[in-house]
This record gives sequence, structure tokens and C-alpha cells, in this order.
Amino acid sequence: MKRYSAWQLFREGLRGGKGWGMAWRTPKPKKQYDVVIIGAGGHGLSTAYYLAKNHGITDIAVIEKGWLGGGNTGRNTTAIRSNYFYPESAQLYDLSVRLYEGLSKDLNYNVMFSQRGMMVLAHSEPEMEMAARQYNAMRLNGIDAEFLDAKEVRKRAPILNYRDDARYPIHGAVNQPRGGTGRHDAVAWGYARAADALGVDIIQNCEVTDFLMEGGRCVGVNTAFGEIRSGMVAATVAGHSSVIAGMAGFKLPIHSYALQAFVSEPYKPVLDTVVLSPAVGTYISQSDKGGLVFGGALDRVPSYGQRGNMPVQEAVIGGLLEFMPALSKVKLLRHWGGIVDVTPDSSPIIGPSGVDGLYLNCGWGTGGFKAIPAGGYLLAHRMATGQHHEISRPFDLDRFTTGRLIDESAASGIAH
Amino acid sequence: MQIFTCPFCGPRDEREFHFIAEAGKTRPDTLNQISDEDWAAYLHSHRNEKGHVREIWMHTTCGELFLLERDSVTMEVLGSTALREAGQ
Repeated sequence: MKRYSAWQLFREGLRGGKGWGMAWRTPKPKKQYDVVIIGAGGHGLSTAYYLAKNHGITDIAVIEKGWLGGGNTGRNTTAIRSNYFYPESAQLYDLSVRLYEGLSKDLNYNVMFSQRGMMVLAHSEPEMEMAARQYNAMRLNGIDAEFLDAKEVRKRAPILNYRDDARYPIHGAVNQPRGGTGRHDAVAWGYARAADALGVDIIQNCEVTDFLMEGGRCVGVNTAFGEIRSGMVAATVAGHSSVIAGMAGFKLPIHSYALQAFVSEPYKPVLDTVVLSPAVGTYISQSDKGGLVFGGALDRVPSYGQRGNMPVQEAVIGGLLEFMPALSKVKLLRHWGGIVDVTPDSSPIIGPSGVDGLYLNCGWGTGGFKAIPAGGYLLAHRMATGQHHEISRPFDLDRFTTGRLIDESAASGIAH
Repeated sequence: MQIFTCPFCGPRDEREFHFIAEAGKTRPDTLNQISDEDWAAYLHSHRNEKGHVREIWMHTTCGELFLLERDSVTMEVLGSTALREAGQ
């Protein structure tokens, strides 16, 4: 792999960028691999990278029906945080934040992780009490947190609505200073380039059509390019996890919904942190280019159509204007939707699928981007060692049978 | 904006409707002992199909539960059927 550096940037700047070369190969698939990973989104590529880097398994194909990073990895609002309520979730998402902190260096690719903080607003005294509970839970979980009063919130985000007659007056906030945003495409590209350099074959425009089963064991996949056999198969396909499960003959505790996001035209800097108002269900940050990036709740209609519906668009934009009325004349540039895999407890599924040889990394719902490094790291550990990492153990599929759910949606009151 | 049809009230705005569950699930006989696996499957396992789906929805303004058939990719509504015999 040709290393990227300031020197190389300077050098290529002088020669018109002619020496950059391709960031990854476009290989023909072999007939047989040690591991086949379905889906070249962030989670699939990071699984491949950590299998190769941490466990020395490099005979891997990552098979993608479209282009790499073209699903939810390229459609999210790029927030990264670990401000969760339950210890299990805090450990999981904080592993991800810690990996993100070193990722640009690890991958030799700038993922532009900007730890600009993530504020969750409280709009009443009862909400302040719940905010204090959230703050205490975070501190007990070992996560950095600050409990801010209205004055402090105003200092950090003066663009919010501080009028006395505001429908949602701002009483304070819980802030996670290490939270922030990253560059979503760069995360996919960085993992792809680093995995490719370790020998991983990334095969794009190749849809998996079926599983090869022998004696009840999954021994490979049928694809648009023919049969590919493998010792282990991992499915990292987010909103399409139930479709993959259906091919293998089982069902998952997942509903697929559209989640919408929005970006405005570029504006001068008005907001240098991420702000979420749980009361109105909208969150927002400003990208380095100046676009105001925001999103909100799921569409309430189960869907595989990668676009959103009007009622949720109205609720998200209306909610935003409640706490940032100054944005009322802002023009939207784009709006889009991705299909997310929602579990009953809003927590992910990592580990064996129940079918021998087939592993799952899914169920991240609306929060998959922030978890990309951890999802790949933990699934790679489970596949390579045959044992769960202690952080991924609680997130095994078996929790739906034992009843030991990790019900973040009910506990934290934060959008996922 | 999507229009769904309540078999009782007629066509209405999607905001008046609430998704309840996939059609065709039967609650296990809990008077008898059932296994954890069967109970978990009843509670949590979904077909979550891509394409033609059959679902139970509620028209929240009148409380009518009915069978809605639609396409989960194109979002085309294929038909509404009342679940009550008297409504058919």
C-alpha cells in the first residue's frame, strides 16, 4: 500500500495528482476463500480488516451487490457517540469511539473524526432530572459526560432558541465531549483500502443470490459471478438482514424501516457541536463544508424503499425549527433515506446466526455508523477465536430466547 | 403522502394509521407449557419481507384493525380487507 502523507500530497500536487494510483484492486473472485463477507458497507469492510489485522485471516472476499459504502454507510448523518444508559451498550459504543479516535492513523486514511461534542437538550425541570440520571449513568459507565445549565448551553450553541416564549425552552443539556462527527465515505474507503492492502478481495457489483448448504452447514454463497465456497460466511447487510436470513431459512427479530436525513446548502459556521432535542426528535450538526446535516425519527411504515415519507419530513423539519428558528429560511440541498434494521430492544446482533458457519452483524437500527469499528472488531474476534469478546457476549442472538434484552430505546430516551 | 384505505371509513391519510404486526402469527397455547424458543419466535421473529407483504394495521381514528396488503419496496397499496366477518 502506498502510504498517504503530507509529503506525498505536496508531491502529487506538483505533478497534477498523476501518481496516486487506485486505492484498492478490482479482483476477480476466486472459487474458494476462508471467509466470505456479504456486504461491503462499513461493518463488512471493518470485519474484513480486523480479521486480517488482528487475527491473521487474510483469505477473505467481501462481496457487495452495489458499490462499497453505497448503502447506509454513505447515507447517515455521521454522528459518533457513546452516551448510552446501560453498561453493556456503553462498553460497546465506547469501544467504537476509542477505535475511531485512532482510526485515521491506524488506516493511514483521514476519516475526519471531529470530537466536537454531542449535546442532548433538556427542555423542562422534569427533563433536567432525567438528564441528570443519564449523566450519572454515563459517569458510572466510565463515559465522559458534562451536565450543563442553560447559561453554559447558550455559550456553546448560541443559535438555539432562548426566547422566553419558546415552545421548548432550554433548561440545560448533557454533553459528551468525546462525541462528534466523522466523514462517512472516508470510513468505508479507509477500511476498504487498508483491508485490500492486507490481501482482502473486495468484489463489487456482485449480488449474493443464495447460500450453499451442506449437511445443514453454510459452506459458501451463490453469486452473480458464480459459486464461491468458504469456511465461514458473515452477513453485514443492515436493512437487508431479513432477506439474507430468508435465503438461509430462518427469521430474525428485525423490522426494516426507512430512516431519512437532510442536508442544507452550505452556510457559514453557525454550530460547532452536535445537538439533539429528544423532545422534538431532531438532531443536527454542521459539516466541514458548511451543510447543516440533520435527521430525526424513523418512518413508521416498514419499508425497503430507500426514500422517506412526508409526515416524518414535516416532523423532523418542524422539530428543528422549534429549537433553531433562525434556520427557517435555510434551503435544503438534498434529502434521502436508508433502510435500517430495527430490533425490539434497539440493540445490535453480533455473533452466530444459528445456522452453522453463518455469522451476523446486524440490528444496529438507526445507529450503525458510529459502531462501524466496534462491530467489525467484535465480529472478527467471534469468528476467528470461536468465543465472544466479553463486550459482544450480551449482544448474541440468544438474548431474544433468554429474555435478557438490552432495551436502550426505553432506558435512554435518545434517538438511535 | 400515502393513502391507506380503512375498510370501515374509506381512504385516509397515512398519519391516521398504525402498523400492528405481520399477518398470520398465532399466539401459542399458553395454557400448556411452551418452550422458550417457541415463545421467543412468537414474540420476536418476523418475516420482514421485501416485496409483497400482508400486515395487520389499525386505523387509529376509528380503532378498526384490518389486513393491509402492499409492496414494501414500491410502497404501492394492493388492498385492504376487514378482519371482522360483519365488516366483509
